[in-house]
Amino acid sequence: MPDTLLSLRGLTKTYPGVVANDDVSFDIGKSEIHALLGENGAGKSTLVKMIFGLVKPDRGEMRLDGDLYSPGKPSEARKSGVAMVFQHFSLFNALDVAENVALGMESPPAMRDLARQIRAVSETYGLPLDPSRVVGTLSAGERQRVEIIRCLLQGPRLLIMDEPTSVLTPQEVGILFQTLNKLKSEGTSILYISHKLEEIRTLCDEATILRLGKNVGTCTPRDVTARQMAEMMVGSSFAAPEPKAGAKGEVLLRCDALSMPAPGAFGTPLREISVEVRGGEVLGIGGVAGNGQDELLMALSGERLAPKGTIWFKGRDVGRDGPSKRREAGLLSGPEERLGHAAAPNMSLTENAVLTGARRKRLVKNGFIDWTAAQAFADHVIARYDVRTPGADVTARSLSGGNLQKFVVGREIEQDPDVFVVNQPTWGVDAAAAAAIRQALLDLAARGAAIICISQDLDELMEISDRFGALNEGRLSPTRAVADLDIEKIGLMMGGAHDMEVVHADG
Amino acid sequence: MDPVLLVASIMVSATPILLAALGEMVVEKSGVLNLGVEGMMITGAVMGFAIAVTSGSPLMGFAGAAVSGAVLSLAFGFLTQYLLSNQVATGLGLTLVGLGLSALIGSHYEGQRAPALGKLDMPLLSDIPMLGRMLLSHDIMVYVSLALVAAVWAFLKYTRAGLILRAVGEDHASAHALGYKVVRVRMAAIAFGGACAGMGGAYVSLVRVPQWTEGMTAGAGWIALAIVVFASWRAFGVLIGAYLFGGVTVIQLNLQAAGTTVPVELLSMSPYLITIIVLVIISARGVQGAPASLGRSFHASS
Repeated sequence: MPDTLLSLRGLTKTYPGVVANDDVSFDIGKSEIHALLGENGAGKSTLVKMIFGLVKPDRGEMRLDGDLYSPGKPSEARKSGVAMVFQHFSLFNALDVAENVALGMESPPAMRDLARQIRAVSETYGLPLDPSRVVGTLSAGERQRVEIIRCLLQGPRLLIMDEPTSVLTPQEVGILFQTLNKLKSEGTSILYISHKLEEIRTLCDEATILRLGKNVGTCTPRDVTARQMAEMMVGSSFAAPEPKAGAKGEVLLRCDALSMPAPGAFGTPLREISVEVRGGEVLGIGGVAGNGQDELLMALSGERLAPKGTIWFKGRDVGRDGPSKRREAGLLSGPEERLGHAAAPNMSLTENAVLTGARRKRLVKNGFIDWTAAQAFADHVIARYDVRTPGADVTARSLSGGNLQKFVVGREIEQDPDVFVVNQPTWGVDAAAAAAIRQALLDLAARGAAIICISQDLDELMEISDRFGALNEGRLSPTRAVADLDIEKIGLMMGGAHDMEVVHADG
Repeated sequence: MDPVLLVASIMVSATPILLAALGEMVVEKSGVLNLGVEGMMITGAVMGFAIAVTSGSPLMGFAGAAVSGAVLSLAFGFLTQYLLSNQVATGLGLTLVGLGLSALIGSHYEGQRAPALGKLDMPLLSDIPMLGRMLLSHDIMVYVSLALVAAVWAFLKYTRAGLILRAVGEDHASAHALGYKVVRVRMAAIAFGGACAGMGGAYVSLVRVPQWTEGMTAGAGWIALAIVVFASWRAFGVLIGAYLFGGVTVIQLNLQAAGTTVPVELLSMSPYLITIIVLVIISARGVQGAPASLGRSFHASS
């Protein structure tokens, strides 16, 4: 085909015990945004690493524009016109933007010219970025721009993007999509890896779906539903969670005009948050990232102590209690950041299980850790939540994002909390795992626990919540029953239009 | 006390530490913590002395000291970079090895005198009154060390290789992902650090003292390590630190000779104390800037 840019034929890569890619073949056309879809562990990363020259395939061949293409290392891939934006940015915090860009180029121009080029590219593609800023001070979206500009400066023919939107706010996603469409119109092909099916439907021309290392089909995302794509990924229809209309119990957690100053220069203060949640109820809290989600979780978990009389748990003032005391009482939480906040990266899953489960699961006796019980607890969580890992003794860091997420959420749910506060429970998790986590949350609510689920995924909140509120600059909108809302109205609540009557009046 | 002689002797006294600290700074910028500076210095001191005495050429001595320091440091590099041994423990081991090895080699040379390294006689310049004798009539190694400060600074700030070295020290995983050879960059930095430490040691045995006695570097390597930290990993900070230490050392020696009432113990302590205090004050105000991957082992797993 003359309009094919990269064609993959029979790519196979085996690791000890796992076939990461098994005879994968597909084509990426010129000026095409091609989606690569698959569950965690389906072999997307391995495939992309082979295209970018980080891993050598055992068998199979690649052809770039008709010529045999077998990059031995990333620099050869870059020379051939293949560029990649990684999911975990390979950026250097202590260096400035221009230096970071220079490091990713084969033969960078002098620093002053480079700064000018960066400005030019950032204006052309609508990606505002100052070349002299130190990368450590940039937001996730701005960091991604550094990576994208680094790639664009080399005039790539194929741009690989590994889950680019998982760290972006909705506005930043919009900017990114405009940029990608502009690139496409200029003749660049894009290989786009994502779990977010709706995104793929709006952005991509073609989609290739991997399952267990095999190519299970190619489709045109616009012509199929998200559910059909998800089913191809998982291989069987997965159960969409169903809210159970049980009777709501009494109020378990109540915030009473909770106000707290911002935790640091980049934080958001909480302003007079008043809300209550009953047993058996799921309260969804939405909002654009950085509007107080992390701060609210820290206040409720006890990581930051709240003023007296602002947080009531089962009718008792717990505002001044630390995390351990709140955990013991039955108020548990799961923060957003998996590595470093929810789990200690270099400790084993068993050790991580002890870290939050010690008291409620009685894993500590007379000051000594009961390793047998801890191991059993970790194994139980792994089995119950389908965490794919060689065992409980591997470090948290070595698990893929989705599997670790299943572990940290499962670890809390298995401690039978009375109130569970969780931030972004399915962030970066594939569809099947996300459905499993949501179901687990709903099951927990059905057992009579109250759940506060903070998330930026509105579909998720609509799916599992009974009531919904939105955070905006540290303020929480009045909560409303989800049954009365649609996504449009929620969007307005997130934007700060707290009074829904105005919305009705406007139409 | 003649101020001309004072400044001149401060420069001589600071040069060994300056060389060693500068080398160690480059090593640490690449993300490796080599605590064996003292061991490499003393090995450089004995090898430089032995080669200079045998060959009769002090410059040959410095070259030999640089090579022997580099060879010793590459042993450290092989252990830490390829066999992934712990950097702190291996560095401490390197110091002990260096001290023992130097005593063994040096036993033949005790009591001998090193051939003198000639003062650089610059026509006209050296004849300028005061300044000429103070700053411009030293041996060549003093100027080499000063040129090296400027060179290292420019290398790290302006060259691509310097940028790669800093990137490797900041985040070795990212540098690897971009296709840079982390281990090779670090081995090169380690060898440079070893060569610098070796020359620093040779300056003690060939110029400052100049003869061989066992353990003659007397902790200079440790001071060099401290100076790197307090200089916040900046080349000119290292220069200030080394000259400050050298300066206080010379002044307190003069005070001891003049027989002041201050106890000798306090005076001997003062260079260490004052250097650390001043550098702490400097670094407390500025950015800290420790390389983020400092001391972490790198293993290229996919």
